[in-house]
Amino acid sequence: MKAIRRVEGTMAPMPQADIDTDQIIPKQFLKRIERSGFGPFAFYDWARTDDGQLSSDFVLNRPEYQGSQVLVTGPNFGCGSSREHAPWALQDRGFDAIIAPSFADIFRNNCGKIGLVCVTLGQDEVSELIDISTSTPSAQVTVDLEELTVTCGDFYATFEFDEFARECLLNGWDEIALTEHLDEEISGYEKRRRGYLPSAKAV
Amino acid sequence: MSVEASNGAGRTIVEKIWDEHLVHREAGKPDVLYIDLHLVHEVTSPQAFEGLRLSGRRVRRPDLTFATADHNIPTTDRSLPISDPISKAQIDTLESNIGEFGIVYFGMHDPRQGIVHVIGPELGLTQPGMTIVCGDSHTSTHGAFGALAFGIGTSEVEHVLATQCLTQSRPKTMAVNFVGVAGEGVTAKDLILGVISEIGVGGGIGHVIEYRGEAITALSMEGRMTVCNMSIESGARAGLIAPDETTFEYLEGRPYAPSGSAWSEAVDFWRSLPSDKGSTYDEEVEIDAGSIAPFVTWGTTPGMSVQVTGSVPSPSEAADPSEASAMERSLAYMGLKAGTPIVDIPVDRVFIGSCTNGRIEDLRSAARVAAGHRLADSVKAMVVPGSSAVKAMAESEGLDKIFKDAGFEWREAGCSMCLGMNPDILEPGERAASTSNRNFEGRQGRGGRTHLVSPEMAAAASIAGHFVDIRDWEYK
Repeated sequence: MKAIRRVEGTMAPMPQADIDTDQIIPKQFLKRIERSGFGPFAFYDWARTDDGQLSSDFVLNRPEYQGSQVLVTGPNFGCGSSREHAPWALQDRGFDAIIAPSFADIFRNNCGKIGLVCVTLGQDEVSELIDISTSTPSAQVTVDLEELTVTCGDFYATFEFDEFARECLLNGWDEIALTEHLDEEISGYEKRRRGYLPSAKAV
Repeated sequence: MSVEASNGAGRTIVEKIWDEHLVHREAGKPDVLYIDLHLVHEVTSPQAFEGLRLSGRRVRRPDLTFATADHNIPTTDRSLPISDPISKAQIDTLESNIGEFGIVYFGMHDPRQGIVHVIGPELGLTQPGMTIVCGDSHTSTHGAFGALAFGIGTSEVEHVLATQCLTQSRPKTMAVNFVGVAGEGVTAKDLILGVISEIGVGGGIGHVIEYRGEAITALSMEGRMTVCNMSIESGARAGLIAPDETTFEYLEGRPYAPSGSAWSEAVDFWRSLPSDKGSTYDEEVEIDAGSIAPFVTWGTTPGMSVQVTGSVPSPSEAADPSEASAMERSLAYMGLKAGTPIVDIPVDRVFIGSCTNGRIEDLRSAARVAAGHRLADSVKAMVVPGSSAVKAMAESEGLDKIFKDAGFEWREAGCSMCLGMNPDILEPGERAASTSNRNFEGRQGRGGRTHLVSPEMAAAASIAGHFVDIRDWEYK
């Protein structure tokens, strides 16, 4: 994962609450065994008409939101299925940060692992950013992970971020490698695990 | 109170399991927990195995890792090859990864094959006090045994494959206390839809829910799995139920359950797991079990539900403008008018199955309703057992014959129409009564309209051609 200090760019507004991962990446694309290339399928059913054409009234298809880096959306974003394909699709579509009043736990975890920054702000602050990006699509927003701030013109907000997740993002750490450093402790734990616990060796 | 802060006396079951699995703790960092059981399936694992290959890593504990094929496989004739080349490639990839990394695999032709969350329990792999993960949000199902079980993404699948550990921040705890007992015709599905209706689809975020009370302890293991399964639909990280005699009775004699002296050692430990008197939760919710009637969802989140005696609600009743606009959008998608009585809503398709309601007890309940009846002329219905073992047991009891005589299709085990990754999908505009867990837009097929109900309610709707209150059903 590459290190991330700040995300700068324009926003795309999707104010709905409870946008689930089935919307972000519909099931028919989960059969792919690759990790990349999901971007064109992001929000497929919302982005396409029944005959597969790009739907001009879907927000992300509008010319003014092409190239936006920050998705601003409603509470409980990313609920439902644990599919990491959802963050992959959003990142591949060009988003580097998402701002919402709350995120589903698994979705936020998944984003953290791939360097997609999930910023939690108050509903009023999110609504203000949605208004800004609706009235002025070219407005530039900065999400600063070092300072834990979001700025956009006169708009200024601070946010909280899990300290460990922040360090991983700022340094681009490989979490698996960090756990591998605990090999001795893991082996020690394995020696004291309860003996009856199920294992493929037992049957 | 956080998990850490209440260490020592008066611990909840969540805190006990957490402490038991602690490998490493460091101030200011999430804990590193050991994972007892890792279940793997074809959809969320290929990129994780590829990640291992790219970094030259091995699977640390192939003996604690079990794989099956469930999400995208066909539920029709298994003697034929998989016709969808992309689905086939995903299954082939799983099989080659299993071989390369030395993992036990219950493949499409294995009698132990089935939905991950159905086979773990029925093989006795799922036991109280364990930590269980899978690249699937409905891993919360295993919480029914008093295990801490949660869904993870593919990066975390890779992490567990490589280290058998996960880095986890401490969850908050929520007690959902059912007061009183559930009435006749009210199932585990209705209890959990009642919970979600009460706390909302984001109400559980950051929490592990412990379900408590007589309405819960009265449930069979199958019913408890239904309740815990849909914890994720409230946003909870996991849901669990303290183990008791019902749990031990279910487990005894299963292939991977302990036996002999190990059995009594295990039961002694399991009896120590229930939350201590005086343990506290970050949040407590009380639900009157007696007030719950069979539920039917009307909208596009599992929280948009009403009791079967009610009507489709109006956006004018919404608490705020954003809820009103969400309701309007859902009603438009679902093709419903506010004020329509639930029992007047016709159905085109019925799906009985999934990790929520595809176990033997679910099929027995649905078969009791369908016995001696015929599907309404306008309805197409299918029963998809949750596992090959459930299918075999149902057939040995003659349930398949009851369903087929009534006009249902009787299928092979898998996830099927719950998420429609295989050919089992709704056509645009089709309306389904489904025993699954999600009524999201397009979940069961683009433009498909899903109403979540219990197996009994689904079976009754398939016969009547519209929703009915199962409490008025005339059994034959």
